[in-house]
Amino acid sequence: MSMMIVTQEKAKRLENVLDKQLVSVGVSLALLIDEAGNVIVAAGNDNGVDTTSLAALAAANFGATAQIAKLIGEEDFSILYHKGKKDNIHFSKVGKDFILVTIFTDEIPLGLVRLRVTQVAQELLDLLSES
Amino acid sequence: MALIDLNRREIHCKIVYYGPGRSGKTTNLFYIYNAVSEKYRGKLLTIETRGERTLFFDLLPINLGKIQGLNIRIQLYTVPGQSHYRATRKLVLKGVDGIVFVADSLRKRREKNIESLTDLRNNLTEYNLKLEDLPLVFQYNKRDLISSSIPILSVEELEEDLNKDIGAPYFEAAATKGIGVFETLKEISKRTVKYVARKYIFGKQITRAQGGAL
Ligand SMILES: Nc1nc2c(ncn2[C@@H]2O[C@H](COP(=O)(O)OP(=O)(O)O)[C@@H](O)[C@H]2O)c(=O)[nH]1
Ligand SMILES: [Mg+2]
Repeated sequence: MSMMIVTQEKAKRLENVLDKQLVSVGVSLALLIDEAGNVIVAAGNDNGVDTTSLAALAAANFGATAQIAKLIGEEDFSILYHKGKKDNIHFSKVGKDFILVTIFTDEIPLGLVRLRVTQVAQELLDLLSES
Repeated sequence: MALIDLNRREIHCKIVYYGPGRSGKTTNLFYIYNAVSEKYRGKLLTIETRGERTLFFDLLPINLGKIQGLNIRIQLYTVPGQSHYRATRKLVLKGVDGIVFVADSLRKRREKNIESLTDLRNNLTEYNLKLEDLPLVFQYNKRDLISSSIPILSVEELEEDLNKDIGAPYFEAAATKGIGVFETLKEISKRTVKYVARKYIFGKQITRAQGGAL
């Protein structure tokens, strides 16, 4: 894929999914980004986080770990998770070309985020591949 | 991968500054960062090792103003040039829409320039892209050293080595002084936006950007 067009309607529908499934359970910020590191849609509160840099680094980070996976003979890591003192960040693949980034505090159980992220992945992918 | 966001009315394109280590890629970005008003640029993100060598990439987002009511947002990336970072360079090229090849005018870097161009071709091939099909501009950097005693390649030699079969536009530059930096940026932005827009939306004449960093 060399190009992606997001119409207003598609953006609203994608945002809606992030809102309903992730922000509603307490995820502070959910970003859907593409392989080039562009933010496609965001939901929640960015709290002044520089989402452009975050998206670029997240895409790079994913690319780098995919290479690491290859080195050690893994297919791929489809999920990355970093735990902080206050905030946690979770990255998961959505199809081949997209990444879902979620930021959440310790008040939200990781298991719940994982579950929801897995659930929304297909929904997002369906919306993204609709033309 | 260009992103056309009709919701926020933005076009996002990715331009990568490629070339051998120490040719002046990061210097280009720093100059642009310092010269563009805050209103039209994002944060400059650099991932470097100790000693100022680019480890992963540098990133500078800039806003080029509007075309047909759409804001043009360009992400400028650099790659680490040293040969052992090949895997990293390939990652940075993911989704690239336009390329600036920054060549070093130092005569002793002649082979490195050629090697780096070959490396670029190989990396693009892995994404099923061809250098000839992408917007591309050459920048022959460090022209200021002509007046020094250091042996320098002539523009003809650089053209012969790198651009003979491609025939892309080229600019002479002295990035530390800012000479040629914006000329290069303007040309590659123009070509990239045209390429993206022509190919995918308008299919008609592209007007000049209104306002913005350039
Ligand atoms: N004389 C001269 N030195 C330059 C020029 N551009 C960059 N340099 C120097 O070359 C070195 C490497 O530059 P850098 O931008 O880090 O190279 P990169 O590895 O391509 O990112 C630095 O010491 C720069 O100051 C130039 O136009 N003229
Ligand atoms: Mg550098």
